[in-house]
Amino acid sequence: MTEPILELRGVNKSFGPVHVLHDVDLVVRPGEVTALVGDNGAGKSTVVKSIAGIHQIDSGEVVFDGEPVHIPGPREAATLGIEVVYQDLALCDNLDIVQNMFLGRERGKGGFLDEADMERAARETLASLSVRTVKSVRTQVSSLSGGQRQTVAIAKAVLWNSKVVLLDEPTAALGVAQTRQVLDLVRRLADQGLGVVLISHNMNDVFEVADTIATLYLGRMVAQLPTRDLTNTQVVELITAGRSGDIGLAKPEVATV
Amino acid sequence: MTAQTPTKNAAIADFGIDTTSRTPAQALRDYLDRVRGGELGSLPALLGLLLLVIVFTVASSTFLTLNNLANLLAQGAGTTIIAMGLVFVLLLGEIDLSAGTASGVTAAVMALHFVKNGNLLGGMGNTVFLVFVGLLVLAVAAALWVRIWAGAAMAAVAIVLLALGVPPDPWLEMLLAICVGTAIGCLTGVLISKVGIPSFVVTLALFLAWNGVVLQLIGNGGTLSISQSPVLFAVANGNLSVAGSWVLFVVAAGGYAAVVLSRHFGRVRKGLVALPTVLVGSKVAAVVVASAVATYLFTVNRSPNPDRITITGVPYVVPIILVLLVVGTFVLDRTRYGRHVYAVGGNTEAARRAGVNVPKIRMSVFVIASSVAAIGSIVYSSKVGSVDPNAGAGNVLLFAVGAAVIGGTSLFGGKGRVINAVIGGAVLATVQNGLGLLSVGPAVINIVTGLVLLLAASVDALSRRRAKATGH
Ligand SMILES: Nc1ncnc2c1ncn2[C@@H]1O[C@H](COP(=O)(O)OP(=O)(O)OP(=O)(O)O)[C@@H](O)[C@H]1O
Ligand SMILES: [Mg+2]
Repeated sequence: MTEPILELRGVNKSFGPVHVLHDVDLVVRPGEVTALVGDNGAGKSTVVKSIAGIHQIDSGEVVFDGEPVHIPGPREAATLGIEVVYQDLALCDNLDIVQNMFLGRERGKGGFLDEADMERAARETLASLSVRTVKSVRTQVSSLSGGQRQTVAIAKAVLWNSKVVLLDEPTAALGVAQTRQVLDLVRRLADQGLGVVLISHNMNDVFEVADTIATLYLGRMVAQLPTRDLTNTQVVELITAGRSGDIGLAKPEVATV
Repeated sequence: MTAQTPTKNAAIADFGIDTTSRTPAQALRDYLDRVRGGELGSLPALLGLLLLVIVFTVASSTFLTLNNLANLLAQGAGTTIIAMGLVFVLLLGEIDLSAGTASGVTAAVMALHFVKNGNLLGGMGNTVFLVFVGLLVLAVAAALWVRIWAGAAMAAVAIVLLALGVPPDPWLEMLLAICVGTAIGCLTGVLISKVGIPSFVVTLALFLAWNGVVLQLIGNGGTLSISQSPVLFAVANGNLSVAGSWVLFVVAAGGYAAVVLSRHFGRVRKGLVALPTVLVGSKVAAVVVASAVATYLFTVNRSPNPDRITITGVPYVVPIILVLLVVGTFVLDRTRYGRHVYAVGGNTEAARRAGVNVPKIRMSVFVIASSVAAIGSIVYSSKVGSVDPNAGAGNVLLFAVGAAVIGGTSLFGGKGRVINAVIGGAVLATVQNGLGLLSVGPAVINIVTGLVLLLAASVDALSRRRAKATGH
């Protein structure tokens, strides 16, 4: 087995009195899609935001490429090679595709922008992902469809030669064809050797693309197992009850928020 | 390869449709689609301006005279400049209600320095002077904290000028005014971005406070006259020589053409998204011809008594506004900083997640607005030749915000350009000037100006709704 590229060990996170993450462990390996599942409010987005430097963890360890790391902000996460595609879309409507893809990491010398370079790179990246249906890379993001936006957000992650890409419900708002495209894209990212974390509520999607499935139940990691060792029913039980047969929490009924 | 297997080149072509191969007709159609989709830009303001000019030309025989037009420029310049700085604040969806009275403070400091022969300590009194220096030091500290180096440097220059007790010199006095403006912006900005008070509240409070400061500096019922200083007086009342006017034309129009055309052909050569050459060419040609005509008209003697006095040349306010316009546009369009201003205005959270330093951007726009407002105050003080306790109060701020919004800057943030302020400023100046010529009295002028502003804000809100509906 390959060494993990990203690991969480015993991570805790509270928002004021609300203890959202309890001793969460998670392993992400390069070249694999790790699905992160759980009910609404289980803490999936919080895990992602903690890794991305949006939230600071209270205790526990984040290990990246074998080294314990502290991620104080989004910029530091990006420097490490961690990219996030957020559930609540993180694109600026008033900017075009190129501008969004390079936001925060614009190319150019001494504060001046090199538009030509950025435009070319953006177009090549989108082409390498076989992204179609967008008329121009200079289209304002506000006029894109949900799937196209999601594509731009994912392509942004690819542009940076990231090592880990976290996708928070990338297909939630998409139709059948667009979901197909995004899932293909997700698989392609892993095949290119990236560590991919995919959050999804759709079990079909999860079983189709994921190599391992990690289940959160009320902020606790109840199991992370290879997809081939799990059945759909088991995962649903883990999600809803925190336990399925002899996998999961010993006493899920005592788990409180 | 068959059509079913997408190739890399096919994908590139998917994005390449409109790069260089758009015909002028297609490009025009795209533009009209965007307008219909709610992206109006300055279009309503330009149409309104045209309408106003026609109406006033018909109604008043003096309106479309060279002398009046030059006068109109000088009248509107101060407010327009303040509006140009405010565009940065509005782009974040914030507001600076204090820009007017803050500019009044900078004008008062400048005038006091001039009138008191450089003795600000004597002019202010010990206590006020010390408080003033203390605030400047605070401003430097605030700017250093958020790492706005330029702001810290400018505010520090103000301290140095005070500490050295420089002799009266119009250039140093103008520099002092601008640096004091920067310092004020640092204070406003830090309260909003680091302390986290909404900009509406901070600047409403400061609007009142700075008005009090102006009164304190000048004294009740006093006025500080600056018209004895040839330089300070000339800022808004002087003109370039005829030769100088043509030099300005060559530099400005030539520079514009060179920049736009070289950029355009550069994009075409590299296969990037570009407008059709015909359109770019005609736009450049139109600008060059229009500025040539304007320059020529300004070099004709426009004196009401042509036999006794000669008044020729482009007013100084024109190059002042042009420089601010070029610098402001460049900063917003071509620098990383400008891109981040738009990003924060468009979606603050997305910008933050992309690693943009949001507090710094938020503070910096107030620094820019106040610094530029100081330049505006120099111009409007020069126009009337004095500074009184009402400097920058009254309608100044409302007109400045109005100018930016009328020109097409959105109050909702994320949308706007510096040129919007210039066009909107021209609209407001035309309304003021034209109604003034018809001698309808201040009541009607205020009502009409208010309605124009309301109209502009409605256009903004409606086009936004339309943009939402059509997905633009
Ligand atoms: N910024 C915050 N402040 C306070 N509580 C928060 C915050 N963010 C999340 N929470 C709480 O943390 C818990 C986990 O939320 P999170 O968004 O991580 O859930 P999720 O698993 O992503 O759910 P969903 O499937 O609905 O997206 C919820 O109870 C939520 O209310
Ligand atoms: Mg979530």
